[in-house]
Amino acid sequence: MIEVPLHAVAHGRAGDKGNRSNISVIAYDETLYPLLLEQVTEDRVLRIFRHRGASKVTRYELPNLAAINFVIDDALEGGVNASLNLDGHGKTLSFLLLGELTVRVEAEQLPPGSPYLS
Amino acid sequence: MSKVYIGCGAGFSGDRFDAALPVVDTLSRCDGARFLIFEVLAERTLAIAQRIRMKDPNAGYSPYLDAYIEPILKKAKDNDIRIVSNLGAANPQGAAKRIHQLARELGIEGLKIAVVSGDDLLELYSPQDIQELPTMEGISLGGREIVAANAYLGARPIADALQLDADIVLVGRTTDAALTLGPLLHVHGWQEQDWDRIAQGTLAGHLLECGGQVTGAYFADPGFKDVPNLAEVGFPIAEIDVNGEVIITKAAHTGGLVSQATVTEQILYEMHDPGNYLTPDVTLDVTDVCLEDAGPNRIRVTGALGKPPPPTLKVTVSVDGGWLGEGEITYAGPNALARAELAASVLKRRSQILGVQEPLRVDIIGTGAVHDNDMSAKRQQQPSSAAGEYRVRAAIRSESQKTAQQISDEVLSLYCSGPAAGGGVRQYVSQQVSTASVLIEPEKVLPHVLAMRVEA
Repeated sequence: MIEVPLHAVAHGRAGDKGNRSNISVIAYDETLYPLLLEQVTEDRVLRIFRHRGASKVTRYELPNLAAINFVIDDALEGGVNASLNLDGHGKTLSFLLLGELTVRVEAEQLPPGSPYLS
Repeated sequence: MSKVYIGCGAGFSGDRFDAALPVVDTLSRCDGARFLIFEVLAERTLAIAQRIRMKDPNAGYSPYLDAYIEPILKKAKDNDIRIVSNLGAANPQGAAKRIHQLARELGIEGLKIAVVSGDDLLELYSPQDIQELPTMEGISLGGREIVAANAYLGARPIADALQLDADIVLVGRTTDAALTLGPLLHVHGWQEQDWDRIAQGTLAGHLLECGGQVTGAYFADPGFKDVPNLAEVGFPIAEIDVNGEVIITKAAHTGGLVSQATVTEQILYEMHDPGNYLTPDVTLDVTDVCLEDAGPNRIRVTGALGKPPPPTLKVTVSVDGGWLGEGEITYAGPNALARAELAASVLKRRSQILGVQEPLRVDIIGTGAVHDNDMSAKRQQQPSSAAGEYRVRAAIRSESQKTAQQISDEVLSLYCSGPAAGGGVRQYVSQQVSTASVLIEPEKVLPHVLAMRVEA
């Protein structure tokens, strides 16, 4: 097993509504989806956004799409109404999650030629 | 089986101005009813338009109307491609007049435009009535001056407008998905109880409404998710049959990519509970949606389920949000981070000396600032490389324009009074709009349609 950023096995996109962010996490390969469900938990996601004031994470599963949708309350420092962040919408936050949350996988489960293999 | 073809020419106010041209070319060769939508109305865009209209009653429609409409108007009319758009913003009738003028200039005869109004609650209710509506999210209105209050209309008034044979339907605030669902209700004749078909039509609208975001834009991550010819990304076209089966594809001879991955990202974009996406037309459930490849850059979308809509409509209320003052300056080369940190601490101290009460945020761009918090907690934890290129950014929100300007000016003064070799100052001081979402009973909102015809 190797430990890699979520970015090695999944992609996603962030959106905002008020002070709430939603971030999708989509497995590149659907066979990795059970692994994501097991390892990418509400608690672990909440920890990534704690420093921003996040208070609660709700996880929704979409097995047909090999996707998970995370709704993160209070993650946007007030959102576009009030945030002093250059990115008040939190559009860049998908890559905070993909970069900081790690998962344990077998090396063979990464796409061939993945930069994370070297 | 007849299909409806709906293309998207813009996904936000300021989206690429020439993106609609290949969409119109492709639509003109489709065999069936064809529509072109432009979605250009974010929550704040409407409030800004309302402010402009207060100063000039003829203005207040999208400032980009000419840029989007003029290049495609003749070809759209000649090929029976009907246009549905919220370019009307705070003044759909003003937008209609401007398009009539464009039509005359371009020698287009018999253009019929219908305008959907009724979203603007300030036409019906006093600011005090609006203050009393129950708040769903956002700031408390707390007696602040209301700039705009607009209910999200659904697709039915758009279908009614198309029933009048309009070539162009202009709306103010509707849901973005209604721009797509309206034409589907009109052509396919879906009725109120066809919840699953309406759900599929709403999902098609949700996929189209951000333009290139479903066709490979806002997606590329080199080496992981590669997208061909992003500079000429083709905007999306949805093909929807009478049973609600949806194919998502894109304009011919363009760059970009339509794949299961691009469509999945957009399905979940700005979605919270995937089982209950609330719109005035339907409560959409995408939990069991299926995607299948249906040819190159073609994805079949099925399985959206519908339930009746919620009992209330959402209203966006915009109030004055004070001022945002920002300033930026760059440090580069040896020991750049230390000089940037010194600049940051100078700015914080200057703010104290000036007696500024509002919280000041100082970022160092190049250290992951957008992922950080107001206190730069992440930057304090992680050692960064001392040399390199760092940009210091100060930001403050204030009711007072003067305070916002003062903080921005403190960054400017670092040119001569800050650490060594700061350069590239930019200053931004801008008036802000804050919004809240409130709820209203649908009976209290009165959508209406007005048809206008231009004679040659």
